[in-house]
Amino acid sequence: MRRFVIGQAKNLIDQTRRRPPQPHHHNNLRLLSLLRPPASDTTPVSSPRLFSSSSSDMPGSDSSTSSLPVTLDSINPKVLKCEYAVRGEIVSIAQRLQDDLKTNKDAYPFDEIIYCNIGNPQSLGQQPITFFREVLALCSHTALLDESATHGLFSSDSIDRAWKILDQIPGKATGAYSHSQGIKGLRDAIAAGIEARDGFPADPNDIFMTDGASPGVHMMMQLLISSEKDGILCPIPQYPLYSASIALHGGSLVPYYLDEASGWGLEISELKKQLEDAKSKGITVRALAVINPGNPTGQVLSEENQRDIVDFCKKEGLVLLADEVYQENVYVPDKKFHSFKKVARSMGYGEKDISLVSFQSISKGYYGECGKRGGYMEVTGFTSDVREQIYKVASVNLCSNISGQILASLVMSPPKPGDDSYDSYIAEKEGILSSLATRAKTLEEALNKLEGVTCNRAEGAMYLFPCINLPQKAIAAAEAAKTAPDAFYCKRLLNATGIVVVPGSGFRQVPGTWHFRCTILPQEDKIPAIVNRLTEFHKSFMNEFRD
Amino acid sequence: MSLKALDYESLNENVKNCQYAVRGELYLRASELQKEGKKIIFTNVGNPHALGQKPLTFPRQVVALCQAPFLLDNPNVGMIFPADAIARAKHYLSLTSGGLGAYSDSRGLPGVRKEVAEFIQRRDGYPSDPELIFLTDGASKGVMQILNCIIRNQKDGILVPVPQYPLYSATISLLGGTLVPYYLEETDNWGLDVNNLRQSVAQARSQGITVRAMVIINPGNPTGQCLSEANLREILKFCCDERLVLLGDEVYQQNIYQDERPFISSKKVLMDMGAPLSKEVQLISFHTVSKGYWGECGQRGGYFEMTNIPPRTVEEIYKVASIALSPNVSAQIFMGLMVSPPKPGDISYDQFVRESKGILESLRRRARIMTDGFNSCKNVVCNFTEGAMYSFPQIKLPPKAIQAAKQAGKVPDVFYCLKLLEATGISTVPGSGFGQKEGVFHLRTTILPAEEEMPEIMESFKKFNDEFMSQYGDNFGYSRM
Repeated sequence: MRRFVIGQAKNLIDQTRRRPPQPHHHNNLRLLSLLRPPASDTTPVSSPRLFSSSSSDMPGSDSSTSSLPVTLDSINPKVLKCEYAVRGEIVSIAQRLQDDLKTNKDAYPFDEIIYCNIGNPQSLGQQPITFFREVLALCSHTALLDESATHGLFSSDSIDRAWKILDQIPGKATGAYSHSQGIKGLRDAIAAGIEARDGFPADPNDIFMTDGASPGVHMMMQLLISSEKDGILCPIPQYPLYSASIALHGGSLVPYYLDEASGWGLEISELKKQLEDAKSKGITVRALAVINPGNPTGQVLSEENQRDIVDFCKKEGLVLLADEVYQENVYVPDKKFHSFKKVARSMGYGEKDISLVSFQSISKGYYGECGKRGGYMEVTGFTSDVREQIYKVASVNLCSNISGQILASLVMSPPKPGDDSYDSYIAEKEGILSSLATRAKTLEEALNKLEGVTCNRAEGAMYLFPCINLPQKAIAAAEAAKTAPDAFYCKRLLNATGIVVVPGSGFRQVPGTWHFRCTILPQEDKIPAIVNRLTEFHKSFMNEFRD
Repeated sequence: MSLKALDYESLNENVKNCQYAVRGELYLRASELQKEGKKIIFTNVGNPHALGQKPLTFPRQVVALCQAPFLLDNPNVGMIFPADAIARAKHYLSLTSGGLGAYSDSRGLPGVRKEVAEFIQRRDGYPSDPELIFLTDGASKGVMQILNCIIRNQKDGILVPVPQYPLYSATISLLGGTLVPYYLEETDNWGLDVNNLRQSVAQARSQGITVRAMVIINPGNPTGQCLSEANLREILKFCCDERLVLLGDEVYQQNIYQDERPFISSKKVLMDMGAPLSKEVQLISFHTVSKGYWGECGQRGGYFEMTNIPPRTVEEIYKVASIALSPNVSAQIFMGLMVSPPKPGDISYDQFVRESKGILESLRRRARIMTDGFNSCKNVVCNFTEGAMYSFPQIKLPPKAIQAAKQAGKVPDVFYCLKLLEATGISTVPGSGFGQKEGVFHLRTTILPAEEEMPEIMESFKKFNDEFMSQYGDNFGYSRM
């Protein structure tokens, strides 16, 4: 029975999309002439007027342009509903400040904007891994491989690798669309890399290469969500890709809270409780999203905890969506990254036991190649007819970009001992990772020294997520300014120091608690100044608002 | 009881309803045959480099330098790169915040968007605002973003030409909207008749559909026609009267093979029409680095330009773009290079012109060879490919062939295309994947196989077709035109 009506009128319309299963048409587009009358068990279509009446109250809506076909009043309401704070209001303010700084330097107590809002390492000066870029340059302009001077400019193993990769691309054409799952030879390399990492076999046909990890997450949401009756369990705090993607696809985010007091621990009892709660509201929970290492929370799950999660998904029939993009970013000796696939296989669970999607990206790790938009998902435990559907959805977008694909294969098969580039590769990699560990530690200690601030350590990933115990006076001032208290704090921080962080409300948090997310990515030599500015700001903020 | 987390029955119905023929049954069978060692001529996708077209040298040099910026500090870099490529690489790197490895603004690098705006202004003679230009991972991503913003539910209809490029039908299905077809007139060289549009809209409305937008593909895919200025005026007027957003798919604007109807952008025609239309019609135009003489499909680079979209709506589109963080940066640089190629006097200018002209002139000859080839076959008629990259011949299948297809459980044109594939290795897309009138059958091929292979391909096609027609013929015949 689909006719279960809850919530805002806004969402009603989504339900009209849920129709009873229909015969599968092989040979026809769903053209208008074939349109079925609305099925009898769906809610009647809400009048579009419903939306205009609610959205015309919005400040600054496009009211003067309401005769145009596409305005705020007639845009997809799911688009209006979704939010993505990592690039939200604070970032817009920061960009304005940055422009103004160029001409108006003396007006500010700082001389640059430091972007700690987004995990974008190379924008803050992190250098790319030389070997990876050598290979990419050679694949970008293959005529270089025929020039003798190239041998003086490139390492010999990068030349070998470029040849090897080109040989795997039909016609050596790096400018051609590839197979919609990605170039087969590159998927072979990735599968071999997964196998080496986990000690369990991986199948290149399970790999779907994507433009960054995010499109993979969207693809899975598209498959899983038919209406708001479909729920996805997501950690709170969460990376807002999940809430935004679920909102865009018209599903329901079913929250489970991580326990801040136990280092952002993930309790199975909490999962059970939220699952039952969702069921009682008529929501079918389809999948569990786990981010390990955590974003924004930085915790690394223990293997034992992961086993319990796998068992939970198996028992409840949930797809496990494992966001493992920070798998190389672990900073503490007492924790180690274990892929969910490895954990599941080591428990003896195979294809038939659990549906698991593991996401990996070239944007994170020590490589931090965000601008390349490369990544993959490894899809296991689905029937072949479902797999075909995933392939079909991937094929509508033709393929992911080829240099991103090449880079994804390189991060999963980096230089080996004995290769020409091995020593410099290791030195670059270790240099970046150990510096990130130092930065994480320094920032965490500084944050914990601030009055009313507690901060769990960043065991992994790229973020700190301190809890700020805001004084009542600050909360009142925020309310007066019609701002969430944590956003109020973050804006004040930006205006006083030029440091850009993201308010915890963008990730969601236990009601009544306030946080912000700060990346650990500014270069090491900038950290002391950041600590000083942050400490000074916090002192004066507390002096102004202390109860 | 074994619980299955995601089985076929519980999949999103919109996903199941979506069809995407360009990589469908024919393509899969062709890939199988290729694995078995058969030589396959892939003419199913507009993917020029896969069929041997060489990339333009200059943009590849610039992007290689951007990939490996440490080369720029090497005193020997001049040995393998020309000075203008080095200068251009430095220019583009200066537009980024951290080179190719950093996310850019979610709308694309501001400096590249400015170059795109300057290109549009040069092309059309009207100003273009970089703030209204968003760079995307290929034009398809842009189309998906925009349709996602427009389609609310099944009651929202999008007017799409039939035959159409299946990106549109697939995306509309995925988003749960309704495709409202308007038929192009094959006998009128795939012309677009505004009276047909009116009928389509009226019929949709009578079924309770709110028609929101209209798609035009100019030059046409798969149909290859170029719209005339007069026709574009009618379309814009129609969109204004019916309050439709016009989505102008103009990715083939460099691919023109005749001189009577050069490419003219919808934006220019709209601006030429002046107020009030130029201020009222909402237009979104799409472009890409995958087509033209660039053919850089694997880069996934594109842009869209918005006209008359109100600022708050632009912000919402920005928000959707921001969830994907940013389009890939090297493709953004390809886009910058495409809209600002080498100029006369630059070291690489002559080579660039030689390469690009060579590709375009050859495509023009291939378009002719292919159309003439199809028209020499029994029961095949084909309009000339005025633009884009495809031929879309009509195959007049005899009743016996249709009967045989039914027995094989295949749509007749799928049946024909599979036979063609098995006999000749030519991998095409059946017309049913693009939509066509009831009882009429087509196939789509690209005009991209290498020029020197073209006569042989057409010969083997003719041999197959004429044998097929005799086999299923039974005194059946159509007069040719």
